[in-house]
Order: sequence, then structure tokens, then C-alpha cells
Amino acid sequence: MGEARDGVKVKRVVFVTVGTTCFDALVKVADSQEVKDELYRRGYTDLLIQMGRGSYLPIKSTGDDGSLAVDYFTFSSSIADHLRSASLVISHAGSGSIFETLQLGKPLIVVVNEDLMDNHQSELAEELAERKHLYCARPLTLHQTIAGMDLNSLVPYSPGDATPVAKLINRFLGFPEES
Amino acid sequence: MEKNTSCFFSNSSPNLVITCFVAFITIILVRFLYVIYRTGKPLNKRTPQQTLSTLIVLGSGGHTAEMINLLLVLQKDRFTPRFYIAAATDNMSLQKARMFENSLADSGVKGISAEFMQIYRSREVGQSYVTSVWTTLVATAHALWLMIKIRPQVVLCNGPGTCIPLCVIAFIFKVVGIRWSSIFYVESIARVKRLSLSGLLLYKLQIADQFFVQWPQLQRKYPRAHYVGCLM
Repeated sequence: MGEARDGVKVKRVVFVTVGTTCFDALVKVADSQEVKDELYRRGYTDLLIQMGRGSYLPIKSTGDDGSLAVDYFTFSSSIADHLRSASLVISHAGSGSIFETLQLGKPLIVVVNEDLMDNHQSELAEELAERKHLYCARPLTLHQTIAGMDLNSLVPYSPGDATPVAKLINRFLGFPEES
Repeated sequence: MEKNTSCFFSNSSPNLVITCFVAFITIILVRFLYVIYRTGKPLNKRTPQQTLSTLIVLGSGGHTAEMINLLLVLQKDRFTPRFYIAAATDNMSLQKARMFENSLADSGVKGISAEFMQIYRSREVGQSYVTSVWTTLVATAHALWLMIKIRPQVVLCNGPGTCIPLCVIAFIFKVVGIRWSSIFYVESIARVKRLSLSGLLLYKLQIADQFFVQWPQLQRKYPRAHYVGCLM
């Protein structure tokens, strides 16, 4: 399971992020034995949780005893490096986290926060899941999603383009078109 | 004789006041209708400007990232000087904006003019709508103060509640003739089927000159919006 020929274990990191929010339900379920076992079964070696403003503290583990290594932190000024070194990202449904992850081409499971009032975030997650760019789950169904996911079936996301907006704005203001 | 004179004056003063008042209201009404009429119509091409002072409203979460994405494709020498406003409780947005402006300087762009300001928030996420009435009034007073200083010709916003007092004041500035501005609203990419409250207000009240949506479902629901595809 992920061992290179010289016996050094290849790290496959699962990065969990809640952005700037408080999403204890996700942190808790990511730290649950059910989910950790499922991730280990699927070949991941490390679990790194960015817990944001939440109050639930995961239990750190070195993973020496044949289980997932677990670590966590609250915030960082940029999660780009953590996203880049992850093999799987599990994120809250914030658009910033979602698109930063998709633009890096990382497999993504979005977990919708059911405690949020007026949950418009789920619209975006569901739309992108329908287009097969990511998996969408709820905290209680996360372990099932992990068990059943086929990351090869995900469709890569092509980055968006802001130039149509710029064109319309320039035209409205009477600026000449770019050549 | 004197008694008649004083009677004449005391009779006509209220009339004078009423006449002035009615005239004032009529002028404001005419201006208001004129602004409504011109909202959404492209600027007069016969007098194009070289540069337009631009107010950029930032917001927590994905709003600032989306805004920066848009600023990347706008010509910086046209939209200058740039004024960035973020809510007082939003720590990351102005930082991101400063980094963006610094990166412009680093890549050799000349004549950069940018200012960064904080504004009191109308309403925190989850705040009760009742207490929000007072905080919105405070935020509006603060917004008025900032807008009088900035008097932008272009307003760019994409969803945070902080943009509502600013856009309403920009509209009022147009009515009373303090500054004509073009207001552009890009609904967030996170809004697929329903508009945000800010978007709904600016769309229904027809305050935004151009209203952009990133998903086709919204364009079908709100036909006056321009569908521009995903920005991110």
C-alpha cells in the first residue's frame, strides 16, 4: 500500500479544509474512526485538517501503528501549498476553496454544511457535482462517498474567463476595443 | 398702511416656502427619472474619458478572489485611481488587494494609484434582521462619508452586503448631480439558481447599470442580466 521499492512509504495526504468558517461537523467526522479507516483502506497515509474557527480539536497521531497519521492547524495565510501536496481534498462548500482546488486539478469532495441558514452554498457544490467535477457529500454520508468514489471518473475543470465581463464593461464605458 | 404691508408679508412667506419646496421636489423628481432612464444605457461616446476613478467593493469568502480575477483582465491605466473598500471585520480582503497592487508594481506597471479603506458592516453573517436596521444606518453614514471623499466614476461590486449602501449612495450622487457613475454588479459564481440579497436589491431597484450572472439558470430567471459564464 503505497510503498516504493526502497521501502520508503509514499505519502498520500488527505487535506481537509473549512476555509475561514466554523464547521465542526466536518472536522469531527473527518477525525472519526469510520472515515479514517475508510481513507486508510483507500490507500491514504496522512490526514491534515485545517479547522478554521471551529472548537472541536482532532486527535493528533503519528500513524506509526498502521493507521492514518493525523495533524491539524487553524489557519494559514495561503492553503495553496497544502492543496498542491494533497492527493485528495475534502473541503467545505465555499467557492474560494472549491475553485482553488479545481484549478490545481486535485480530486475534491465537497461537504455541505447543513447548519448554515439559507444554504446557497449547496447550489454550487451540487451543480459542479452534476457536471462531474467533484463529489458532493454531507457530513453523515462522507464515509460512504469515500468508499464509493472513483476519482478517474471526475472531469477536469477548465478555468473560467473574466474577459467577457471586461469586454462588456469597456464597451459600456466607451473605451475602444482591444486589438 | 404698515399693517397692510405686514399682513402681505406674513401671507406670502408660507407661499414662498411652499413654492420653493415644490420646485425643489420637482427638480429632484425630474433628476431621479432622468437617472432611472439613463441607467443601463452606455456612456455618451462623444466624450470618452482617459481614466475613470474606480471603487472596488471587496467581501469575505470567495468575493475578493473573484474580484481580483476580474481586475486582472481590466486595463489598469483606464480604471485608476482605484479605491478598495472592505468590511471592518474582514481581515484578508484588503491584504489580498494590497498583494494584487504590489504584484502590478512588481511587473512594471507604472503610475499605480490605489487606496485601501475599511467600512462598518451593514450586517454580519447570521445577525438578526432587527438589529441589522441600526447597524445598516451606521454603515450608511460611514459609507456616505467615504463616498463623499472618493466620488468614484465606476463602481465594481460582486455581492457582499457592504456594497448596498455604497451603490445606493452612488445612485443618489447621480440624482443630485454630485458625481455621475457607472455601477457594475457581478453576481458571485456561488449563485447558481438564486440571486443573493444584494443582487436581488440591485436588480429589482435597477440601480446597477450592468448586472452580470455566471450561470445560465440565473439569466433565464432574470432576463435583464448578462450571462458571462464562470469567471473562476
